[in-house]
Amino acid sequence: MEKSTVFNNRLLPYLLLLPQLVITVVFFYWPASQAIWQSFLREDAFGLVSEYVGLENYQALFAQPEYYRSMLTTVIFSTLVAALSLSIALLFATQADKNLKAASAYKTLMIWPYAVAPAVAGVLWFFMFQPSLGMLARPLRGMGLDWNPLLNENHAMMLVVMASVWKQISYNFLFFLAGLQSIPKSVIEAGAIDGAGPMRRFWTIIFPLLSPTTFFLLVVNVVYVFFDTFGIIDAVTGGGPAGATTTMVYKVYADGRLGGDLGGSAAQSVVLMVIVIALTAIQFRYVERKVQY
Amino acid sequence: MRPPQRVAPPYSPLAIRYSLPIRHSPVQSMANVTLRNVRKTYVGGFEAIKGIDFEVGDGQFCVLVGPSGCGKSTLLRMVAGLETITGGEIDIGGRVVNQIEPADRDIAMVFQNYALYPHMTVYNNMAYGLRNRRMAEDEIKTRVEEAARILELGAMLDRKPRQLSGGQRQRVAMGRAIVRQPKVFLFDEPLSNLDAKLRIAMRVEIRKLQRRLSTTSIYVTHDQLEAMTLADILVVMNGGQVEQIGNPLDIYQKPATTFVASFIGAPPMNLMPLRSELKSQLAGDARAGEAGIIGIRPEDFVISNETVSGGVALGLTVEAIERVGAETFVYGTRQQEMQGVAATPGELPPGEVIVRIPGAIGPAIGERIRAVAAPDKLHLFAADGRKRI
Repeated sequence: MEKSTVFNNRLLPYLLLLPQLVITVVFFYWPASQAIWQSFLREDAFGLVSEYVGLENYQALFAQPEYYRSMLTTVIFSTLVAALSLSIALLFATQADKNLKAASAYKTLMIWPYAVAPAVAGVLWFFMFQPSLGMLARPLRGMGLDWNPLLNENHAMMLVVMASVWKQISYNFLFFLAGLQSIPKSVIEAGAIDGAGPMRRFWTIIFPLLSPTTFFLLVVNVVYVFFDTFGIIDAVTGGGPAGATTTMVYKVYADGRLGGDLGGSAAQSVVLMVIVIALTAIQFRYVERKVQY
Repeated sequence: MRPPQRVAPPYSPLAIRYSLPIRHSPVQSMANVTLRNVRKTYVGGFEAIKGIDFEVGDGQFCVLVGPSGCGKSTLLRMVAGLETITGGEIDIGGRVVNQIEPADRDIAMVFQNYALYPHMTVYNNMAYGLRNRRMAEDEIKTRVEEAARILELGAMLDRKPRQLSGGQRQRVAMGRAIVRQPKVFLFDEPLSNLDAKLRIAMRVEIRKLQRRLSTTSIYVTHDQLEAMTLADILVVMNGGQVEQIGNPLDIYQKPATTFVASFIGAPPMNLMPLRSELKSQLAGDARAGEAGIIGIRPEDFVISNETVSGGVALGLTVEAIERVGAETFVYGTRQQEMQGVAATPGELPPGEVIVRIPGAIGPAIGERIRAVAAPDKLHLFAADGRKRI
């Protein structure tokens, strides 16, 4: 049931909404509209003159094979990161939900990585796996594995995926744990009496009851892998080797900031925005329908 | 010779509802539940259950009653297998189940909050336990539909629990238990989330259903009225121990301790220390020497100026009156008892006496009355309240 509050003053509700609206307009609508406008412009090399070019930036973009490659990279990267961080976090949360002795210490430790800035996390992982110095890279090489994320594209991808997953597990863990704790214990006990073993209880009772949490995290994680992993990628691989870890958001940065192609970069960010909006809309439309109970 | 004329049996509509056949598994084994010196000690050393022995016979309805925190729910959960047993044995149908998983104990439980699976339809809620046991779908269908008919849930099978009222959810929880056709039903305060009217209706339903299925049942409640009306055997618990076991009426008429005396019966029995004035009234009673506490139920008083030989007469000042229509409760105080006696929690303040009189006519507030009880209505207990004399 919706509860509605009635304001006597007609201005007050708008006034109360104003701070949020201002923030949204200044930090989202304004830059977004700027990006859209800029995607129709071409700047000269010195940034002094802009010329309206219509859809030329988009045409150029979709003619680039590298752009399709960055799309594919993004699909692989985001699928891996979202799937791994969600499933590992769920596994950890189910363990933490048991009555363990050091449960609270365990939970605190689990949450720490979330407090680490993405770039710092990236540097951490980069050092650990740097082929000639890395603490963990040396044993790998010692085992005869030719570990080299600086040259090997798959190794580079594995490294950014690991770092991004590590960073996101904390967040997912917190929500999963809260979700698990909100499932009434008696429902699970009823399942036990009804003859369902631990695995069956998990998949037929706990997992379906967690689905609102899972859905929420899916949306958040998709946005995370599309945008927030930028810092990690920049610190770990800088998009390399040979563009193997250049995701769409990284390409926006590389082309615009490093390549100086502001119009092309703006066109890319518009495409990216459309993709994320579409993905979120699809998730809400199709996945959310299944989480209702 | 003419065959005897057939006469339709005098079925009431309810009797018809409950006389529909319920199929039980062909081998219906005996399902006694026996507790032998059962104990529960938590890791911190807290002893929740301090050695409990009792037996529930096949098909009997046993009610565990006691104040909150007395261990009754813990004990039930131990029978269910949801809590470990740290001492003694629990035996279901001739098999010690201490180490057996809840699923394999052949029990079904109805929880206080119903514990329905919120994401499943009513049908699937009932079918879940059967599917886990790999029963054929058509057999499941038969059983669920039968249970739904008995519980009048036929129209709700496709609904989710959130679309049901409290009473309907309660029925689904019952249905989930009965489709399993277990040896034992366990009920953990199943009616306490319902409103008063529905609670009484469901109480009657549960009793009828249990009689119909004759499945051994253990029922936990803190409501002494539920306990009295449902039980074949009543187990009164307090502080992790059994205070008294027996037929509800026996317990009502002959409470073994002052705890039972004050817990069973509403309003509670009047318990008074047996001191000078009362003691002299009981001079002729052989039991009075040992006794330290006297108990008289409110309904055993008569307001009268006559003296019953061997009985007790109390001079009271009327402090408050509760008229509930069919009966009137008079709260009076005995002036000479007001001082120096500490009240125990849950009992009446010292010197206060409740008298129940039938009908709506009674004394006025401030009036002085004389409440008289006959000698056979007196309950005498040892001074510590632990022993009936």
